[in-house]
Amino acid sequence: MVEGKIRMSKDNKVKVKVEKLNLWYGENHALHGISTDIYENKITALIGPSGCGKSTFLRCLNRMNDLISSVKIEGEIIIDRKNIYDKDVDEVSVRKRVGMVFQQPNPFPKSIYDNVAYAPIKHGIVSKGKECDELVETSLRKSGLWNEVKDKLNQPGTSLSGGQQQRLCIARTIAIKPEVILMDEPTSALDPISTEKIEALMLELKKDYTIIVVTHNMQQAARVADYTAFFHLGKLVEYDETETIFVNPSNKKTEDYITGRFG
Amino acid sequence: MNKKDRNNNNPFYDPSLNARHRSSKRFKTFTLSSLIFSIAFLAFFLFDIISKGSPAFEQAYINIPVTYNEKTIKNTRTAIDKKYRKIISRAWLRGLPKLAEANPEFMGKTIDTWVLADDQVDQYLKGHYHKLKRKDRALIDNMKTHGKVELKFNEIFFLNGDSKIPEFAGLNSAIVGSIFTLLITMAFAFPIGVMTAIYLEEFAEDNKFTQIIEVNINNLAAIPSILFGLLGLAIFINLFGLPRSSPLVGGLTLALMTLPIIIVSSRAALRSVPDSIRQAAYGLGLTKIEVTRDHVLPLAFPGILTGSIIGLAQAMGETAPLIIIGMIAFIPDAPGSIMEAATVMPAQLFTWAGMPERMYIEKTAAGIMVLLTILISLNAIAIYLRKKFEVKW
Amino acid sequence: MHTFESKNKSRELKEKAIKIALITASTISILTTFGILFSILFEALAFFELRSFWYFLTGTEWSPGIVGSKFGAVPIFAGTIMITFIAMAVAIPIGLGSAIYMSEYASHTTRDYLKPILEILAGIPTVVYGFFAAITVAPFIVKAAAWFGLEASFNSALASGIVMGIMIIPVISSLSDDVIRAVPDSQRKASLGLGMTQGETIRNIVLPSALPGIISATLLGFSKAIGETMIVVMAAGLRPNLSINPLEDMTTVTVRIVDALVGDQAFNSPGTLSAFALGLALFIITLCLNIVSLMLIRKFKEKYKVNTL
Repeated sequence: MVEGKIRMSKDNKVKVKVEKLNLWYGENHALHGISTDIYENKITALIGPSGCGKSTFLRCLNRMNDLISSVKIEGEIIIDRKNIYDKDVDEVSVRKRVGMVFQQPNPFPKSIYDNVAYAPIKHGIVSKGKECDELVETSLRKSGLWNEVKDKLNQPGTSLSGGQQQRLCIARTIAIKPEVILMDEPTSALDPISTEKIEALMLELKKDYTIIVVTHNMQQAARVADYTAFFHLGKLVEYDETETIFVNPSNKKTEDYITGRFG
Repeated sequence: MNKKDRNNNNPFYDPSLNARHRSSKRFKTFTLSSLIFSIAFLAFFLFDIISKGSPAFEQAYINIPVTYNEKTIKNTRTAIDKKYRKIISRAWLRGLPKLAEANPEFMGKTIDTWVLADDQVDQYLKGHYHKLKRKDRALIDNMKTHGKVELKFNEIFFLNGDSKIPEFAGLNSAIVGSIFTLLITMAFAFPIGVMTAIYLEEFAEDNKFTQIIEVNINNLAAIPSILFGLLGLAIFINLFGLPRSSPLVGGLTLALMTLPIIIVSSRAALRSVPDSIRQAAYGLGLTKIEVTRDHVLPLAFPGILTGSIIGLAQAMGETAPLIIIGMIAFIPDAPGSIMEAATVMPAQLFTWAGMPERMYIEKTAAGIMVLLTILISLNAIAIYLRKKFEVKW
Repeated sequence: MHTFESKNKSRELKEKAIKIALITASTISILTTFGILFSILFEALAFFELRSFWYFLTGTEWSPGIVGSKFGAVPIFAGTIMITFIAMAVAIPIGLGSAIYMSEYASHTTRDYLKPILEILAGIPTVVYGFFAAITVAPFIVKAAAWFGLEASFNSALASGIVMGIMIIPVISSLSDDVIRAVPDSQRKASLGLGMTQGETIRNIVLPSALPGIISATLLGFSKAIGETMIVVMAAGLRPNLSINPLEDMTTVTVRIVDALVGDQAFNSPGTLSAFALGLALFIITLCLNIVSLMLIRKFKEKYKVNTL
């Protein structure tokens, strides 16, 4: 079991610290002793072949794996000096601060406005009316969708194109003002133009948020990520600045994957 | 972020969530209670029926001297001592001549016989509401201590037909009536239903005619059962002139009601046969009918059978339409043919439930136990067949 | 070549005959629907020749006695509506609640055991429910009412309504369970990912999406309640009674149909024919409910592309 080299860059703050994370699906040991630091306001890409555990790992960061009853987790994930898996932690409050965008765009069958407004109103972040209107507009602007939908906020979210739907999902995620945004292959179901728009969006968003993105597209990781983590068979094989991973990987397996010897 | 929400030690402690968590918990509790209520009702209901019905499987008998001779056979009241007249069943006495005929060696003798007791005695012994006079109660209590009064297994319940005399009433005529009626039901519903399913699944094109048939089947499934009774009355009895209250009319009426179930389940069974089987058979040069009959049908048969058993079980419990076509007449004897007046089990239970004597309550509950046992067995057989023949393609 | 051809011909004839037989069988279902419609319509029209149609719909006195009989069905419709509403007030919360628990909260094994148990409720013959309503529930309600100082009839609408509601629980819960499970999981994940609790997710996202299916189930339940016969024949009253007190006895359409047809009157008397007029009303109402219900389910199926319903 090879653990990744963690380069502590002195300028970067650690937002999420993962310590010896192990996960089992029933008898199946899916994640083996993952330890790493995720840096604030950076984009970290998780890459690796299918089934390597990168999505599973991502879901640990907002405790979405709790929803699967056969899952057992050991280890710690520390955000703000608190292990989010501690007994006195409310997983719902974790998800308020760690948002998630999914692979298939999944807007609610509500209006575009309500898609964005649903969670913030429930969380009491804004009250209905002008406050909420402003938040919806800000979120839609930030996700680059405002100009396309500002005249049809009452239309159902599902009436948008695939790329627009995904930007809507991003808008509703940032509307609750999270600190970390998790993205699980956010563009794999989209066309190249929408993909380009969302990648540009990610680069914009990292100024305000910490972004962790799972991608099976290495070129995407190379384009947007500051840091890249390579997963293989449930282990974190190598973690470094993106350029290093792609140009000068330390581990042979990483090199094999990058050069396409296996996938 | 909401700094004011942070507890000094725990940044993930959010009191604003407490109310929301409580509300969600209440919601979950509500849904769980609903489920528990449904199950609890079922348990209570079964307990109620069983406790009301199980006493009926035993009946009171009294051991008294009975005199067999010419005089007593003519006037059966004289066959026993006067003091016993109120506590034994007059229906039993009516059967005395037959008993003497079957046992000629009894003639001229006085024999201690277990005689069926009157229904009031039976209810008294079982601790239910009764109308026995004190004198009779004392007699019974006395005889009981001498072992002359017993509760024996109630075979009358299964061997006798209906009777206006409570202790003599049994389920037999209704059981036979049910069997005849359901035979007619399946004789019509099964072939017609399966043929319709075969047509719709294997032969029908996507045209207006097919759509009309499918809409009709959906409709039929949802029409209140009593309206089928009106159909039976107006068409089978009035128009066709078939005998009222007969298993034939009852069976035809129920057949129409059972069609949708058989059609839907048969279609599902046919649909589950993979197309590759059909393609292979066509490839051998067989016609559509040969393919369907020799290759598809045998594979779909278990599913068709399961669906038919379930349809049969449903038909067995139907009452409303059969009431309309007359099957609540008083039927003491089992029908000899499908054209004679008959009744069915659920209709018999309905009639009994309306009788004034208290013994009918336990008989009805016991009848319910018999009916439910048959229904549960049928459904269990259907599920077993489905599991056994479940082929994983 | 000669024998080859003639073999084909007899084969063809046989095939054609079988196909005709299949088509004939299939038309029986159409004939049945029309048979029901026409037989009821025919006799109902005979009734409306003897008695006023308008009074039937709006009149408040129903007294089928031989002399001076009046056939105003409003109290009968009112009784049906009252008992139906009591039934739905029982069936909807319990049926929907059970469905939500089984589909959203229960574990696989729990669900596998509990779903068949609920199905048992659906398999109990209605005459059995009727017995239970008349012999156990009705006397209990009389006692309970007396405990509160109220007077209840032994044929109270409440007794038959409650038991009818229990009978309808599986109708609501089975269909609701199916539609709730058909709502895609991605919706739930999205809501939970935004920091909603499971209860909020169910109430704000899942149930609204499943709503057409749930309404469809409710309409089906209404239809079943309105057309139910045995429970009310055994536990409800015979007397047309226009009242809003559920503790009183009242009668329903189905009870009066049975009563009209098991008497000794001649078939063509208004008393007997009134059964068909009531039957016509019943047919039309349940048909409308069923059609709307089917349309809603079809809409739901299209939206979520489900085939399991």
